[in-house]
Amino acid sequence: MNRIATAFLILITGFAGAASAETYTLTIKDHKFDPAELKIPADKPATLVVKNLDGTPEEFESKPLRIEKVVPANSEATFQIRALKAGRYKFFGEFHEDSAKGEVVVE
Amino acid sequence: MLGALIIVFREAIEAGLIIGIVAAVTQGVEGSRRFIAGGAGAGVLGALIVAVFAEQLSRAFEGSGQELFNASVLILAVAMLAWHNIWMAKHGRELAQELSAVGKAVARGDRTLFALATVVGLAVLREGSEVALFLYGVLASGESGTSVLIGGLGGLALGALTSFATFFGLVSIPPKKLFAVTTAMITLLAAGLAAQAVAFLQQSGTITALTDTVWDTSWILSDKSILGRVLHTLIGYADQPSQMQVVVYVLTIVAIMAATKLTTMGAQPPAPAPAE
Repeated sequence: MNRIATAFLILITGFAGAASAETYTLTIKDHKFDPAELKIPADKPATLVVKNLDGTPEEFESKPLRIEKVVPANSEATFQIRALKAGRYKFFGEFHEDSAKGEVVVE
Repeated sequence: MLGALIIVFREAIEAGLIIGIVAAVTQGVEGSRRFIAGGAGAGVLGALIVAVFAEQLSRAFEGSGQELFNASVLILAVAMLAWHNIWMAKHGRELAQELSAVGKAVARGDRTLFALATVVGLAVLREGSEVALFLYGVLASGESGTSVLIGGLGGLALGALTSFATFFGLVSIPPKKLFAVTTAMITLLAAGLAAQAVAFLQQSGTITALTDTVWDTSWILSDKSILGRVLHTLIGYADQPSQMQVVVYVLTIVAIMAATKLTTMGAQPPAPAPAE
């Protein structure tokens, strides 16, 4: 009985551990991303916060991450990123494509 | 300037195509132009309001306000398009395969006209708020405002041109075939919009199932390119769709076709519900 309970607890806490995603932050300043290369571990969901420090809105966009969202001036947006395979996932700011570019590096 | 032109044009393509299709579908219907203009006007007004309240909107619903708003707008448009097709199928038999007759039939049921005007308004609303935000950002940061504005206006003009090209392209189709063509177009348009709604719901975490990418054709045709955008609107092309998007796309087509079939068979049509 106890063994079952323990197993059950491990199961629950295990799930809880998987659900509490690590948070990573990107900032936009002068239409540039910092960091331009964001490293996150593979096969784990993550939370991504994009802070726009500029006085103008920016559209944060990433095809491979399937994100497309306007981040208003001086505010932030939060994204849930699904567990990703290792690789490089590009993102950019659509309103300033020339300078606002970066990649999420999944390792 | 060119950058602004491309950005605005890319956003305007979708609304431009939809206006062109709706104009062709309602050609010869009394008052249809007023409805379309009214829908577009309401869309512009709505877009400006959304742009002004962008910050509050994105903070709403635990930061998912934008996604949920966009998804709702899309689902409403899908419902309207589905309803229009079903309504047209119902009255299809009254139509003596003559456009003028289609016109009269539609005129008798201007509720469907209202539905299509709503679709136009919603398309302008969604794309317009982005254009408004972009142009505002440009002006606010003082990046040589004039040339960017000219570029932006050029993009809008190209969007309008898209409307005209779509309209004239469609009305040059022989009247006998036009009805079938526009019915198919509206079905695909609705399916594409439903798939877009899924993308927003997946982004907000409302839908968590079937998020894996089915295919990646971005190296052949990016859905950010001009041609990609056109196909994105017309048939719902996506270069990296999730499984759920594909499922909903197919379900929407099947649901609309089944509902129109049932209607033409004289059976009681089921209520057109947008695919879940």
